[in-house]
Amino acid sequence: MFDKTLAELAEGLRKGDFSSVELTSAYLARIKAEDGRFNSFITVTEAQALAQAKAADAAIAAGNAGAFTGLPIAHKDLFCTQDVRTSCGSKMLDNFASPYDATVVARFKQAGAVMLGKTNMDEFAMGSSNESSFYGPARNPWNTDCVPGGSSGGSGAAVAARLTPAATGSDTGGSIRQPAALCGITGIKPTYGRVSRYGMIAYASSLDQGGPMARTAEDCAMMLNVMAGFDPMDSTCLDREVPDYTATLNEPLAGLKIGLPTEYFSDALDPQIAERVQAAVAEFEKLGATVKEVSLPRTELSIPAYYIIAPAEASSNLSRFDGVRYGYRCENPKDLEDMYKRSRGEGFGAEVKRRIMVGTYALCAGYYDAYYNKAQQIRRLIQQDFVRVLEDVDVIMGPTTPHPAFRIGEKNNDPVSMYMEDIFTLSLNLAGLPGMSVPCGQVDGLPVGLQIIGDYFAEAKLLNIAHQFQQVTDHHQQAPAGI
Amino acid sequence: MEWEVVIGLEIHVQLSTTTKIFSGASTAFGAEPNTQACAVDLALPGTLPVFNENALRMAVMFGLAVDAEIGKRSVFERKNYFYPDLPKGYQTTQLAEPIVGPGHVDIETDEGVKRRVRIHHAHLEEDAGKSLHEDFHGMSGIDLNRAGTPLVEIVSEPDMRSSKEAAAYARKIHAIVTTLGICDGNMAEGSMRCDCNVSVRPKGQEAFGTRTELKNINSFRFIERAIDTEVARQIDLIEDGGKVVQETRLYDPDRNETRSMRSKEDANDYRYFPCPDLLPVVIDDSYIEAIRATLPELPDARRARFIDEYGLSEYDAGVLSAYRAQADYYEQVVNACGDAKLAANWVMGELAKFLNQSDTDIKDSPVSAEQLGGLLVRIKDNTISGNIAKKVFELMWSRGGSADEIIEAEGLKQVTDTGAIEQIVDEVIANADKQVEQYKAAEPEKRGKMLGFFMGQVMKATGGKANPGAVTGILKQKLDALCD
Repeated sequence: MFDKTLAELAEGLRKGDFSSVELTSAYLARIKAEDGRFNSFITVTEAQALAQAKAADAAIAAGNAGAFTGLPIAHKDLFCTQDVRTSCGSKMLDNFASPYDATVVARFKQAGAVMLGKTNMDEFAMGSSNESSFYGPARNPWNTDCVPGGSSGGSGAAVAARLTPAATGSDTGGSIRQPAALCGITGIKPTYGRVSRYGMIAYASSLDQGGPMARTAEDCAMMLNVMAGFDPMDSTCLDREVPDYTATLNEPLAGLKIGLPTEYFSDALDPQIAERVQAAVAEFEKLGATVKEVSLPRTELSIPAYYIIAPAEASSNLSRFDGVRYGYRCENPKDLEDMYKRSRGEGFGAEVKRRIMVGTYALCAGYYDAYYNKAQQIRRLIQQDFVRVLEDVDVIMGPTTPHPAFRIGEKNNDPVSMYMEDIFTLSLNLAGLPGMSVPCGQVDGLPVGLQIIGDYFAEAKLLNIAHQFQQVTDHHQQAPAGI
Repeated sequence: MEWEVVIGLEIHVQLSTTTKIFSGASTAFGAEPNTQACAVDLALPGTLPVFNENALRMAVMFGLAVDAEIGKRSVFERKNYFYPDLPKGYQTTQLAEPIVGPGHVDIETDEGVKRRVRIHHAHLEEDAGKSLHEDFHGMSGIDLNRAGTPLVEIVSEPDMRSSKEAAAYARKIHAIVTTLGICDGNMAEGSMRCDCNVSVRPKGQEAFGTRTELKNINSFRFIERAIDTEVARQIDLIEDGGKVVQETRLYDPDRNETRSMRSKEDANDYRYFPCPDLLPVVIDDSYIEAIRATLPELPDARRARFIDEYGLSEYDAGVLSAYRAQADYYEQVVNACGDAKLAANWVMGELAKFLNQSDTDIKDSPVSAEQLGGLLVRIKDNTISGNIAKKVFELMWSRGGSADEIIEAEGLKQVTDTGAIEQIVDEVIANADKQVEQYKAAEPEKRGKMLGFFMGQVMKATGGKANPGAVTGILKQKLDALCD
């Protein structure tokens, strides 16, 4: 049962092979038994899940079931969930139960999904390893000494460990795609504005985008059908029709034009990863695609640009965590300033504080032009590079990450080397483009991801391409040893 | 040394939208603390702002009213600082690209000084909540009802040269925003708040002196007094060899003094940057023109029309057009009585006196415009004299009812029957030998002034009801007859 995809589980529910309560109970039991090794959940919502499952079974019996009714999922712990702790992986919000549901959460509820719980993550989504979580690092099911990636590391690990068939994630600089790659699962970051950010605790507002993480492209398509669409509560969410992402999965790929950026295959890339990605591209050629080399010359600049813009926005977004209205407040504050300083000093972890300081500095009156404005200029150039290339090819392919999963603690004292792990993913967020990561093999027993980048609102195309790839390969079906 | 005062004003105007600038919560004043603050106003994690188009429309109306350039692209920015009544830790405001660009208003002081005051720009922003320092046993309470109320901040150039000009400018802005109906104008409730930037320089010097900023002044009278107090302080300081320090000061109306709040050194670096949660606001000419078409007659135009159409003095026209409700009331009185000057005298005189004494807005006047017009009709048709009319007005104010009802009930109808008046005049003359002799002895051209005594006696005898015009005529005729 735990090897079934969402699509297969939906079929089973429809046929009456099992009930949603049975399915949900089985997953809850599995989480209880197994998650000690992976630490992928921060909160398991057993009672609520069973109540939702019961309601789903009733809907199925009454013939009112939709495509998602009764299917269990987990939410990254930055999506606000009513009356359930929404910690964002931080001590700051350890005591915070949201009084409202994020739009994404509400849509899954509406669709009849069952929430198993909330998944672990880097604190405030700041990290590429899940090590900055207040609740301790989530572990990679392929090797529990390794990181699952981040910041949606809990979602990646939970899906890979078959503790949930699917989970939501969010991606500010690669936080869906990188853990998907490192955990051997499939994830898609939609176009900026495709999925509502309302109720998704902000890290960097102009870059954050929620998206699905599952084992197959088909499951991602099912999830995106629920998640995508206009939300009047989010001014940056686009009022644009949402196609049925499952309807075009089987379109043939003959004539597909693939671009491979020279800059993505430099010496810095693990040659074994390069080889897996080339092999994947060869599969597409067999399916009728043509391949050409393209250039994204500002790829390297995406790291400095991102590490100005994201911390700048974060420094302001995180100001609301001041100990006044909710969240952590220090003991016995002497006065207001003491309360601010100690609440924030004690409530935030090191990486969050580092980024708040970097961002604050970048926005200071004397440095604004040299840093923030310059970074925004670079951002526009990076976007222009993509637009130019995508006039020529349908999609861009390359590796999702330069290396497979690294060991927990390995990069703790070297934030810059940690930041370098996001070299291939960051630029899409800067450009607002959609991208996905699809398993394309292993290196030394650890999964490797193929990144597929498309034009704005080309999610259906990306899912179609990934699905066709998964029809002719079995990388996505591999499970970690002992799972 | 002779000093010149330089003043620039920043006026915060609360827009009278029904909901907040970035959320759907109500903006009504006076609710229980924190009952009009939704998840967005509380800055709960994950919440996002959505811009209220009504606030945009009102800001554009203001811009058009002050002949300003309208920003076809305006951008909200975040002004970052920590304060307990600022829930997000930043205020969403506009800086580099405001909705209203350079404009101007023309002002005139009571003394007839006229000046054009340039407006540097006006921008949209959200109000903060309120910190309550009483009743919490050494702690502070936070009320976020006001958080997110839309404001337009109107920033003038340093164009004013006296406290009276500053007050006149503030009154003009008040007149404009109330006429436009974009602000209720209630200064006591904080609907319009004023920061005054004040400096002095030796007369003739071009460079500005160091300025101080007087924060949050909420009445026209206090604007004048606060500036006068601050100007005196600055001049004393400089003449004693001291230097003005650039700082923010608070005006204490009870002590009539300004006190230092914080100096420039304590100023925050607000780290402004464009708010990534809100898109730039882009509008086109047709949007602007559609709003222009809805603009009501503005105070300056109305004032000109009052002079033109009603023959009012510049001063009277200025006073009557300054506040839309008052101007509307005045015009209704004119319509009801057909006499623009009489109506002006009564609205600015008797009515204004009663409104002031009872601290009543003209919109809530117990005597309606139609009723006042009805009273004035009775003066014009000689049913009552002006003096009796004041008595009638007082009763209309206190008891209610129309002028006719009160005149009837109180028997205040004027005596216009010349026979009856002649009889009384005869009696008065017969009982005033001494005054009659003086009248006869006086030069003929001085006799007019001496009628007053006889007039008073006639009025006394008739209880003020004799028609003063008729009495004058008859008195003159009878006394002059004695002189021949």
